[in-house]
Amino acid sequence: MGAGHAHPLHLERDSPVHRIEPEAKIAATVLFTVVVVVTPREHVSAFAGYAVLLAVLTAAARVPALWLLRRAAIEVPFVLLAVALPFLGHGERVTWLGLSLSVDGLWGAWNILAKGTLGVVASLLLAASTTARDLLLGLDRLRCPEVFTQIATFMLRYLDVLADDARRMRVARLSRGYDPRFLWQVKAFAVGIGALFLRAYERGERVYLAMVSRGYTGRMPAPDQSGASRAQWAACAVLPVAAAGIALAAVVA
Amino acid sequence: MTPALRITGLRFAYPDGTATLHGVDLSVEPGERVALLGPNGAGKTTLVLHLNGILSGGAGSVEIGGRRVDPADRPAVSEIRRRVGIVFQDPDDQLFMPTVAEDVAFGPANMGVRGPELRERVNEALAAVGMSAHRDQVPQHLSFGQRRRVAVATVLAMRPEILVLDEPSSNLDPASRRELSEILRGLAVTLLMVTHDLPYAMELCPRSVILDGGRIAADGPTVDLLSDPELMRGHRLELPFGFDPVVAAAQLGQARS
Repeated sequence: MGAGHAHPLHLERDSPVHRIEPEAKIAATVLFTVVVVVTPREHVSAFAGYAVLLAVLTAAARVPALWLLRRAAIEVPFVLLAVALPFLGHGERVTWLGLSLSVDGLWGAWNILAKGTLGVVASLLLAASTTARDLLLGLDRLRCPEVFTQIATFMLRYLDVLADDARRMRVARLSRGYDPRFLWQVKAFAVGIGALFLRAYERGERVYLAMVSRGYTGRMPAPDQSGASRAQWAACAVLPVAAAGIALAAVVA
Repeated sequence: MTPALRITGLRFAYPDGTATLHGVDLSVEPGERVALLGPNGAGKTTLVLHLNGILSGGAGSVEIGGRRVDPADRPAVSEIRRRVGIVFQDPDDQLFMPTVAEDVAFGPANMGVRGPELRERVNEALAAVGMSAHRDQVPQHLSFGQRRRVAVATVLAMRPEILVLDEPSSNLDPASRRELSEILRGLAVTLLMVTHDLPYAMELCPRSVILDGGRIAADGPTVDLLSDPELMRGHRLELPFGFDPVVAAAQLGQARS
């Protein structure tokens, strides 16, 4: 049944990485990404070191490399921009295979490619080892404003319901011979979007009524606060600390 | 004995002027199971939303266990909402949390229940509807019948005195319909069931009331109401083809004895 059943970014495994509480993993991923981004682009060896760190983590989380790479394809549109940079860049140029390339542009392309890939892979590892529900729980424990986590929680639940609505409406349109081929036939689709919005709006009202009937007064009850242990925080700190170590070593050398 | 529910002279008009209730009087004793029947647009849902103070403002009064529903009195309203559990028609409206267990915990948590007691409430409610094995599942992954049962559990977890069900059998396949009726019959609460499914009313509720045109048009044993063709026709109620309430009542009597 499509969207609802397999969350395409999560990989159900039992690994040490999967078992760590979400807030520690989120913090580690964010800090790691910050270290990667602030590393000067000329220190190629540092980026190699980060890649090794992620490879070790991938193995520890028992995530197949191919699975990860396929999902990393999401960065392709951004990388396309990077490919153009060496041709469009200014300043000093080098000739390679008969192509005149800008040195600055080449560094720029490398910068985007390396940092983008590392960031995407780190996020994918987080998503693969943490369910969407746990991610929200983690954000909540990291004191992310309740409004955001609440909206995201509703989205998590109702995106699938809405997608189902949309799918049923589409099937109903197709069943009545609607087969849009040209732009001017798009009207029924546009009206469908409007109808979907109204349905979502009305559902919102009904959901709210049902919540009020169960004693909702505008504040969600606080979830149980257990959270990550010190050992888990320490384990997660290894990633950003190791990355920072690599960055320092590279810069000093 | 104080009635579980007493409605006197209840009137209500929506802000746009549409009057839906024109003086409803109804009294339900503790432990009774009552079906609320009536054609579309009779005001059934409007009446239900008065029971826990979501709608109010017209003349008349609603009392739950002798306590008047007054939306201005906030602590009282939260107590009323604990006592009156409403299960809405679409379980997707009711189940809004990412997992079944969290959703069942929502009601009692709003009442301030925490920790082990909250867990126990959740377990108890899920066990009552036979859904304990699905506690960590995403509602979207359950069948419609299972979702309806979880929706009942979300309300049971609040340990209500009155359980109000809006069209509990709608969209259920016959097996889910029977499973739900077995669960409902096993609950020790006062039950008010809004339904178009007359055989279901017959099976579950010894007493029925017909709401039509914003008034209680008839009130009596379900079998009597359903076997009065004049009354039924007058309120746009129709039995499914081949269903004979007298025969059904006899079968029900046999099954019980």
